[in-house]
Amino acid sequence: MDRQWAKLESMPRTLFEKIWDAHVVAAPTGQSALLYIDLHLVHEVTSPQAFDGLRANGRRVRQPLRTVATVDHNIPTTPRGLPIADAIAAKQIEALQNNCREFGVPLFDMDSAEQGIVHVIGPELGITLPGMTIVCGDSHTSTHGAFGSLAFGIGTSEVEHVLATQCLPQNKPKTMQILVRGNLAEGVTAKDLALGIIGRIGTDGATGYVIEYAGDAVRALSMEGRMTLCNMSIEAGARAGLIAPDETTFAYVDGRRFAPKGKDWEEALASWRTLASDAGAQFDRVIQIDAAALAPFVTWGTNPGMVVAVNARVPELTSFAQEGDRRAAEQALAYMGLEPGIPIENIAVDRVFIGSCTNSRIEDLRSAARVAKGQHVSPKVRAMVVPGSQAIKHAAEKEGLHRIFLDAGFEWRESGCSMCLGMNPDILQPGERCASTSNRNFEGRQGRGGRTHLVSPMMAAAAAIAGHFTDIRNWQFR
Amino acid sequence: MQPFRKHTGIVVPLDKVNVDTDQIIPKQFLKRIERTGFGRFLFYDWRFSGDGKESGTKTGDFVLDAPRYAGASILVAGKNFGCGSSREHAVWALADFGFRVVIASSFADIFANNSLKNGLLTVRLSDEQVADIIRRSKQIANYRLSVDLEALRVDDGQGFEATFTMDEFSRHCLLNGLDDIGLTLQHEAEIAAYEAKHPVPSEMEIDMKTILAR
Ligand code: SF4
Repeated sequence: MDRQWAKLESMPRTLFEKIWDAHVVAAPTGQSALLYIDLHLVHEVTSPQAFDGLRANGRRVRQPLRTVATVDHNIPTTPRGLPIADAIAAKQIEALQNNCREFGVPLFDMDSAEQGIVHVIGPELGITLPGMTIVCGDSHTSTHGAFGSLAFGIGTSEVEHVLATQCLPQNKPKTMQILVRGNLAEGVTAKDLALGIIGRIGTDGATGYVIEYAGDAVRALSMEGRMTLCNMSIEAGARAGLIAPDETTFAYVDGRRFAPKGKDWEEALASWRTLASDAGAQFDRVIQIDAAALAPFVTWGTNPGMVVAVNARVPELTSFAQEGDRRAAEQALAYMGLEPGIPIENIAVDRVFIGSCTNSRIEDLRSAARVAKGQHVSPKVRAMVVPGSQAIKHAAEKEGLHRIFLDAGFEWRESGCSMCLGMNPDILQPGERCASTSNRNFEGRQGRGGRTHLVSPMMAAAAAIAGHFTDIRNWQFR
Repeated sequence: MQPFRKHTGIVVPLDKVNVDTDQIIPKQFLKRIERTGFGRFLFYDWRFSGDGKESGTKTGDFVLDAPRYAGASILVAGKNFGCGSSREHAVWALADFGFRVVIASSFADIFANNSLKNGLLTVRLSDEQVADIIRRSKQIANYRLSVDLEALRVDDGQGFEATFTMDEFSRHCLLNGLDDIGLTLQHEAEIAAYEAKHPVPSEMEIDMKTILAR
């Protein structure tokens, strides 16, 4: 028995398994494992009913200091001094303020310098750290996996569960390795890598799995790029996506406000260096991607898997082998107002949105600004830049990025989720077509009847200026 | 939570793949701070005309509103049902509308978890079985299915039968309507022991306390 145990202990493990094993509080037979949650991020939309549940059962928040709240989903992106016109949205924000006060949960409120999209501020403040378990009532919690943490989205009942117990019963997911060999070409970004993967495996290709991204092209990504990639894991159906931490990760985390300092930092670093899949660790599934074969991508349909290269055409319906997929494509094209076979570059856009937890970080804004510099937004297009957080907004302004955008005719807004889901006033009108750096092109996602095409920040900026999709690899930078 | 043992009801077919939670309950209805009252907004953008506000008029074209499926409590749909946003509001809307079971060939993980917490049973069958149920529900008037969680069986009493699987623990919780927070709290000693070994990092503690104080 003992010897068998020792053998198990020395078995090569994946990064996911190491984090999982380190957080199992109890593993009662016949039940799910009870996983300890290091960090619980909270926002206004998926939490009110959870706090109500606590009150109804006379429970408290078990670990208020492992809980961090902000407002992002429904707040306006107009100047912060203005009152919120939408009374129901205002009520939801007020509910979060009251709940945080009552239960002692730290809140980065509307007017705070730290406010921003929940998945942007966690990393930015050094709250998100390697090796952690992180949950949030939001599916794009997978973003934090970029730091080598196990981060996943949960529903409101689970939010209540974590508030009350700091634990979650979980069935162990399967593991998938996505190995991206080679290098991404100039103009091909982490967003394109993510879209390329989803296009290949489908929106349910990773359902039931935790993805570990590996390979040279992933190692070469900045933390911003890694966050974009992990962010989109959920669009492939994955429970979570993660990347083993390395020097890039440590350099990003070092010195951030809530990150360990001094001796704690040295200790943390030593333990984080063990966070990698062991040689010989087995994944349930391995997928290989050739980075050099990827192009800038544009979605043509109503889910992120409906995607082609910018220099390709909208697919013909005859290209779908499965009847269900063919019908879905037909419905998607009808909704999108597109004909099969037309070149993507011929599609004109009405709106451009640069923002969301996928692509609103400083590097995203820099890359879009590089494209916009010295150019002008097409007179037929309304384009909007929404930084992911107040800190990013200020950093961008310090670098003068806002001037580049404003001079080129882009709107420069306050931070929040904004037109990623259109819960605030930033929405598409019926029939409007938008090049968007967000993560979901579902029907009505950005406004009822609105048509969303997902692209990288560079491709979005280029579409704003050209008035239609255009291959960034041919762009004349000024 | 409402326990689930056995249920018989009218089946309504939603013959689409990848039905996402943005369709099940559009974002304009997520600002409510209650758990109840979401049923009337179920599949809103597909069912109502107008500008997407609450005041839209029902078009009557959507399958859910067809008189022959009135009172349906079992929804059958294509693969990857409930993908996208984690919003539990999608499950609240389905349950509030009167659904007790959703049958599909696959479900998104978060949706399936959310369903479990609300006594909404998600039944996974093969693509062929789902297609068969969809066909029958379109052809046979008043088409009903019985779903038995104890026996893990689906049966229409007229030739269609299938078994399904579910992990034992989830099944146990559903059958008994267990409050799983209560179950977790039975492990108080283990949680406390874990926390003693893994205290909140000091940087976090000091700084967060200043935020709380201001
Ligand atoms: S930016 Fe969009 S995807 Fe990200 S958290 Fe906000 S609403 Fe969700």
